Amino acid sequence: MSSDQAVHAEPKAAESGEFEPKLIVFCCNWCSYAGADLAGVSRLQMPTNFRVIRTMCSARVDPEFVLRAFANGADGVLILGCHPADCHYIGGNYRTRRRIALLRVLLEQYGFNPDRLRLEWVSASEGQKFQKTIKEFNEVVKEMGPNPINDE
Amino acid sequence: MSEKTGSVLVVGGGIGGVQTALDLAESGFKVYLTERKPSIGGVMAQLDKTFPTNDCSMCILSPKLVEAARHPMITMMTLTEVMSIEGEAPNFTVTLKKHPRYVREDRCVGCGLCAEKCPSKVSSEYEVGMMQRKAIFVPYAQAVPMKYSIDASNCLWLTKQRCGNCKKVCPADAIDYEQKEVIEKVHVGSVVLAPGFEPFDPTVKREYGYGEFKNVVTSLEFERILSATGPYQGHVVRPTDHKTPKKVAFIQCVGSRDEKVGNPYCSSVCCMYALKQAIIAKEHTAGFEPHIFFMDIRAFGKEFEDYRARAENEYGIKLYRGTRVASVDEDPESKNLTLRYSVGSDVSEQEFDLVILSVGLEPTKSAKEISDRLGVQLNPYGFCQTTVYNPLETNRPGIYVTGAFSSPKDIPTTVAEASGAAAKAGKHVFENRISIDDVVKETVETDVKGQEARIGVFVCDCGINIAATVNVPSVVEYVKTLPNVVFAEENKYTCSADSQELIKKKIKEHSLNRVVVASCTPRTHEALFQSTIKEAGLNQFLFEMANIRDQCSWIHMHEPEKATQKAKDLVRMAVAKSRFLEPLSKSRLGVTHSAIVVGGGLAGMTAALDMAAQDFNVDLVERSDKLGGLALNLMTPEGGISPSKYIADLIEKVKADDHITIRLNSTIADVAGFVGNYKVKVKTPEGEKEIETGAIVVATGGQEYKPKEYMYGVEKNVVTQNELEDKLANGRFDSKKVVMIQCVGSRNKDVPYCSRVCCSKALKNAIEIKKKHPKTEVYVYHKDIRSYGFRELLYKEAGELGVKFIRFPEDKDPVLSKDGAVLKLVAHDQILGEDILVKPDLVVLSTGTRPNPDNEELAKMVKVPLSKDGYFLEAHMKLRPVDFATNGVYLCGLAHWPKFMDETIAQASGAAARAMTIISKEFLETQGIIAAVNEDVCDGCGVCEPVCEYRAITIVGSDSNDPSKLKAVVNEGLCMGCGTCVAACPSGALEQKGFKTSQILAQIDSALEGGAK
Repeated sequence: MSSDQAVHAEPKAAESGEFEPKLIVFCCNWCSYAGADLAGVSRLQMPTNFRVIRTMCSARVDPEFVLRAFANGADGVLILGCHPADCHYIGGNYRTRRRIALLRVLLEQYGFNPDRLRLEWVSASEGQKFQKTIKEFNEVVKEMGPNPINDE
Repeated sequence: MSEKTGSVLVVGGGIGGVQTALDLAESGFKVYLTERKPSIGGVMAQLDKTFPTNDCSMCILSPKLVEAARHPMITMMTLTEVMSIEGEAPNFTVTLKKHPRYVREDRCVGCGLCAEKCPSKVSSEYEVGMMQRKAIFVPYAQAVPMKYSIDASNCLWLTKQRCGNCKKVCPADAIDYEQKEVIEKVHVGSVVLAPGFEPFDPTVKREYGYGEFKNVVTSLEFERILSATGPYQGHVVRPTDHKTPKKVAFIQCVGSRDEKVGNPYCSSVCCMYALKQAIIAKEHTAGFEPHIFFMDIRAFGKEFEDYRARAENEYGIKLYRGTRVASVDEDPESKNLTLRYSVGSDVSEQEFDLVILSVGLEPTKSAKEISDRLGVQLNPYGFCQTTVYNPLETNRPGIYVTGAFSSPKDIPTTVAEASGAAAKAGKHVFENRISIDDVVKETVETDVKGQEARIGVFVCDCGINIAATVNVPSVVEYVKTLPNVVFAEENKYTCSADSQELIKKKIKEHSLNRVVVASCTPRTHEALFQSTIKEAGLNQFLFEMANIRDQCSWIHMHEPEKATQKAKDLVRMAVAKSRFLEPLSKSRLGVTHSAIVVGGGLAGMTAALDMAAQDFNVDLVERSDKLGGLALNLMTPEGGISPSKYIADLIEKVKADDHITIRLNSTIADVAGFVGNYKVKVKTPEGEKEIETGAIVVATGGQEYKPKEYMYGVEKNVVTQNELEDKLANGRFDSKKVVMIQCVGSRNKDVPYCSRVCCSKALKNAIEIKKKHPKTEVYVYHKDIRSYGFRELLYKEAGELGVKFIRFPEDKDPVLSKDGAVLKLVAHDQILGEDILVKPDLVVLSTGTRPNPDNEELAKMVKVPLSKDGYFLEAHMKLRPVDFATNGVYLCGLAHWPKFMDETIAQASGAAARAMTIISKEFLETQGIIAAVNEDVCDGCGVCEPVCEYRAITIVGSDSNDPSKLKAVVNEGLCMGCGTCVAACPSGALEQKGFKTSQILAQIDSALEGGAK
């Protein structure tokens, strides 16, 4: 099998020199990861520059993970969980919400733009919301420019 | 033979037979699964996508087929037909004829060299004649079993003793031209028939030109055209010139609702599959313009009406209501096709590039044979005869039926019935359950501790789903350069049966101790690959997946280079995590061998009785002061017995059954615990009671809509269908002119869904009126008449009795007014195109069904979701129709969706069967990915304890000599493996197995490594 069997439109050439952020996306297994899969099943197209890491619940996302991603040069970190009241593990997402709010304060105190970290709810039936969230966050981070750690 | 057996025969290896076999096997019964063809999978294996979720059919089916094939309790017998069944339940002796495969199954590895060298080309049945296969073949790429077979009538050796290529090239020496038919006898306690259906052959409908005009194709052919593995690799082109068609017509009811061809029934599924095909084709083909010619749009299932609305409003698919196409003609030059069709009294013509005939479902060709050999009765249309109240029973006790053999039906109904048939078949053999430990010897697990990681990576093309966008060979080459990767290769379908064998072989050959599969999503396929590596002696948790299809090739279709880069990154991340994977163990937990059924209506009582019949105790919890539910109000007889009479008898059966504890005026107050070990608090008049139970069946029913429209409640001559039934049954009916209005409280702005039963109910009552009062005029005002399946015959009968049908537009309801004592109904007749007035003396409202308002409360307690319409939402609409995502909780009846009594009964039996796969087990295994405490680090601070939603963590003393020393302890049965406590632990003492901090950090670091070049 080779890819030349495919009949696709020409890839849209990225405007040369344009900043393309590196995004890390944590998805919970039950809602957001399923939502991301649904985006795929529905063939919803979106930018390629994000990498998904699956955890069973968004509450597994240790603040350490976020800091590690930023320290390694991620330009943005997105955490996606089940909508309030929909958590497969009852209330894990509420804990995530508190932790992320706190972490954002911490990031700001260290002079790091907290908007590089975002928490959103994406359900298993929201393929479109997954697409929209990725696109929007990508634009927001593009606007902010590269992670300043990358300059050091 | 008279000793008791724990075995059941399942005839037919389509989705129905496979589901029955799996449910029986999981309940401790041995199953013989026979199939006449060389492989299992049935028609579902030929489909591209399934409605209304547009899931890839093969993707959801394939894991089930593989599971059935590898299940230690299932003996799969392909190329096998049933010759006779002698004796009575539970002592049947079955005679089977096994046709020669001419290939030894024990030797064939499915490499395909034989087919490559075979000179004899034959039209492929799987591709409906649009492609060719060889005389030695597997029906399709993912066939189960992945064993070749020779089609004797086209093999040169078997016909003329020439060639013999396959025998020469077979590396496994598997070809055996000398194989003969083998007769075998098996002893079983009961039988389930699931031989499926046959698509209608439209050649006889000469007016549509099928066979003559090449651009007229059947819907099954179009399904193959849409499929990535089909004749045009999923590109929508027409047969004559391989050009993309723009204007395309779908003609409905070809071979259905058609007395001329002997099929007066509706095939139930064609409306929805036509909408699906139109949507899928339009999504993939620029400028594709579908036109669908209907009589009625029968979108009656769960969320089907939404699907119809989306097709029409979002996709702009053009629907022609109330039309029948008279003829199709071909332009000999352009090969375009002209349709002549009538709407009302007008005749129109239009030209199209391609015409698709939505062919109906006919009885399987073997139906007559099965009937003759097994003494099973068929109905006048050649389907298996069943009755309203016994939808899964044939006339022969101990022989049951499921799927399209008894009537045309869709996949979820078939699957629910298939589970139901398992419940029925199980009651003849339940005393002889077999423990899995008697059948399976634990595989000896290779100890990988202390070994350096040796990682094997399998990268899937998924046909062209991945390979059309991602350059798979370059991913494989890249992966080979990664540290610790000792083997990597490309597979066409990593999930197929032959690939499982290949993975096992490679594990042995290369001493792999970690396996990574880069393919689709772990949500559907992780379990399959885990059991494969387990069979090869590896701990199942030494496995990781990279999702390069759903989350890569499918969402970056126009950027092949970047998608390839991303695929490399995703595989690298999975490899990075896999280096840190450790073997995990599962422990065994006891099971409470009883169930709770919530709801004492038809569904709940049926489920309770089915479980009681297999010796399980059931608590039947009913909120009101009596059993019976909504069916108590249904009076008009079906099959000679009124529903209310049937329900009264059922109540007596439930009361007389010692296994069932009836709890009236009771509700569920709290649900704790987990699958196999629930603790349910029930609020009873005697106070709150805690019941231990293994499984929960939700059968809480629905409500009848109380209309506010049409002066209901104000005007005494405006009644509901139920009130009409009461009048008819009790001699209080004396009207001369009756008007029935459909879709009252359904298919409107507030309640967009179709309530499924109201059309047929109106027909049934209209017939009852006409039979008892022939002079009474009856008018039915409707948007579509949705009398699907054999209910179509009610529509026909009503018409013959003189009932008048008037179709009004979707957005223009009839208007009822009162002039003095006279009722006046004005409605717009869509066919005549004008307003008409009638003066009825009785108006009957066909009211819809509503979900129970207290569904939400129960849903929260059992932690399951509701659909947007407020009904309970099952785990998967197609293949898990009675399961919830929460293990050990099942669903049936109106709580799921409005449905008829026969459907409710079959589904309730299905829910009972699914519950029995849990409560019949001696033990359940825990999940491996639970939290664990490192006691050397834990100082017992207690932060984790309140964080756990399942109360799985307790703080205990860690040193008997020093009461101040504390530690956290995790209850393995309660821990659900969310990892919330792990992220909360301030000292790093808690870890989640399979999602350890070191493993996730490895993924993060790898993701940001800078990327592959």
